[in-house]
Amino acid sequence: MSILIDGKTRVVVQGITGSEGTFHTGKMQEYGSNVVAGVTPGKGGQSHLNIPVFNTVEEAVRMEGANAAAVFVPPFFAADAIMEAAEAGVELVVCITEGLPTFDMIKVKQFLSSKSCRLIGPNTPGVISPGKCKIGIMPGHIHTPGSIGIISRSGTLTYEAVQQVSLQGYGQSTAIGIGGDPIVGLKYIDLLKLFKADPDTDAVVLIGEIGGSAEEEAAEFIKTEFPKPVVAFIAGQTAPPGRRMGHAGAIIAGGKGTAKEKMAALEHAGVLVAKSPSEMGIKIKEALS
Amino acid sequence: MKIHEFQAKQILRKFGVKTPKGEVAETPAKAREIAERIGPKVVVKAQIHAGGRGKGGGVKLAQTPEEAETLASRIIGMNLVTHQTGPEGKRVKRVLVEEALDIDRELYVGIVIDRSREEPVFMASSEGGVEIEKVAAETPELIFKQYINPAVGFQSFQARQLAFKLGLEGTTFKQAVKFFSALYKAFQSSDASLAEINPLLITKQGDVLALDAKMNFDDNALPRHPDIQEMRDLDEEDPLEVEASEFNLNYIKLDGDVGCMVNGAGLAMATMDIIKYSGGTPANFLDVGGGVSEEAVKNAFRILVSDADVKAALVNIFGGIVRCDMVASGIVKAAKELDLKIPIVVRLEGTNVDLGKQILEESGLEFYPAAGMAEAAEKVVPLTKL
Repeated sequence: MSILIDGKTRVVVQGITGSEGTFHTGKMQEYGSNVVAGVTPGKGGQSHLNIPVFNTVEEAVRMEGANAAAVFVPPFFAADAIMEAAEAGVELVVCITEGLPTFDMIKVKQFLSSKSCRLIGPNTPGVISPGKCKIGIMPGHIHTPGSIGIISRSGTLTYEAVQQVSLQGYGQSTAIGIGGDPIVGLKYIDLLKLFKADPDTDAVVLIGEIGGSAEEEAAEFIKTEFPKPVVAFIAGQTAPPGRRMGHAGAIIAGGKGTAKEKMAALEHAGVLVAKSPSEMGIKIKEALS
Repeated sequence: MKIHEFQAKQILRKFGVKTPKGEVAETPAKAREIAERIGPKVVVKAQIHAGGRGKGGGVKLAQTPEEAETLASRIIGMNLVTHQTGPEGKRVKRVLVEEALDIDRELYVGIVIDRSREEPVFMASSEGGVEIEKVAAETPELIFKQYINPAVGFQSFQARQLAFKLGLEGTTFKQAVKFFSALYKAFQSSDASLAEINPLLITKQGDVLALDAKMNFDDNALPRHPDIQEMRDLDEEDPLEVEASEFNLNYIKLDGDVGCMVNGAGLAMATMDIIKYSGGTPANFLDVGGGVSEEAVKNAFRILVSDADVKAALVNIFGGIVRCDMVASGIVKAAKELDLKIPIVVRLEGTNVDLGKQILEESGLEFYPAAGMAEAAEKVVPLTKL
């Protein structure tokens, strides 16, 4: 099995006619994702990559039964796109767009609090359930179906984890990038709950980084509520305080959000913490043997 | 993005936040002229982005306009060293000349985004003039908080609650309530990530003013605030970092000698970590991003080697959308055109990796290939010691 997406997921791409939207929709189709609709306001009625384009997400849901959305619209329009999808009844929105203002995300989260819609991102490579469906920009071919769940704030570091886990002979049930921004949709705990309930996920790799306290909150949850083995790596052990390390959310502010604190909290919760990023795969093997 | 105190006060005044009368001067003569108008007693304050200016000798009280001129002549051009500038200090280009007020009490107010609650939080404390992190660590009971529901914004009752907790009364209380509401409006309207008034001044006459002001902004939101974007002071930033940002490269200079070039922020941080883990020290953080081109690789190398401390470089690319063959051609081109002398360890993985490796091999140049992150780090560290 897998979480969030599988072979039955019907994807609508918001911003399908843009260059990013076009390129990655093609890649998602190649991977086998079932992209059933696209949305670009004003281009309704057209066909793009043999996919029907609609003016609104509501139409895409009504006409094509879309139940998941991929957002590829520019940053200042992305909050609006997420809320449109949620209002239209889409169950899962994956916002790939990077650069959303924090205040826009605060409003989005407020809006979503009264909806049943789940949001992944923004600023994420997306979600993949190998062999079934990918919604995002990650390279599909490095993944193999299997039993390891992966949750990460980073893109390429997730690919690194996927490869290391694969080299140890394990595939992935679902790999999720939760996004590198200070405020994102689903967080570690939301996803750990889903992995807990997924009988085909045997262990989880959790990849964190400096900034905020999401990893500490995850550690608290793992300690009392998560029975499966967890391996973690925290990026930014050598990052200087007060500097934003690429991701909008990766900053040690006021002495808080250091890798050291996060690693200690996770270790205390019984998580196998890899000190070096090259040890994620080995630690998974250790955890499962 | 960070701005200067005088710029923060300009923004705050627009929203009705009360500040002392003052103007900025780039010459001692101008400082004297301002003091003659708003003085005679004024405070001359160095304008640099770092905190701790007072302790470093960058903030002085002048009794007369003449003294203001003398003090300004000392401060403008000085190399101000504070706990935030590092030992090399910062050169002062201008001073803020402000009316000197009779201080009764110094308080603290600040607004930030609480990431875990996903809403802004307004903090107030009776302990002004000291670092709030210190107060939070030592006497957290002296910090009062109000979380702000983003749908309705900061409410009057919240401002009143904070003012009561601070023990304010009468006209001071009324002024503080108005001040707090105006401060939130400024924070929210300008997409700030921090608005901090430390100290918040209560004068002997009972007036409430922002004695100091610090504002940081959400970089993602800046394009919708061109007026704030214009306040960026490139002199406050590392020249290499400024140059890198012009090429859309995410570069941060550090103290070590291993130059790193990586795609993705998380992998870039992890690469720094593994260098340290292998006994070396990273010279920089450099994320060439997802849409990296041959040109970007070349620019990245140019910036890397402009740092004289760099003795060897580690390239760590996990190709996804980015193809390894394209990155490899970029590296070869950069090595030839820039005539690179430093040893370069290259770890390529992902899309078209074999083609990428072939390009490096056939270039006739000497690269040190590595199979994984650990091997790459173990290879590059000894190369810095040659």
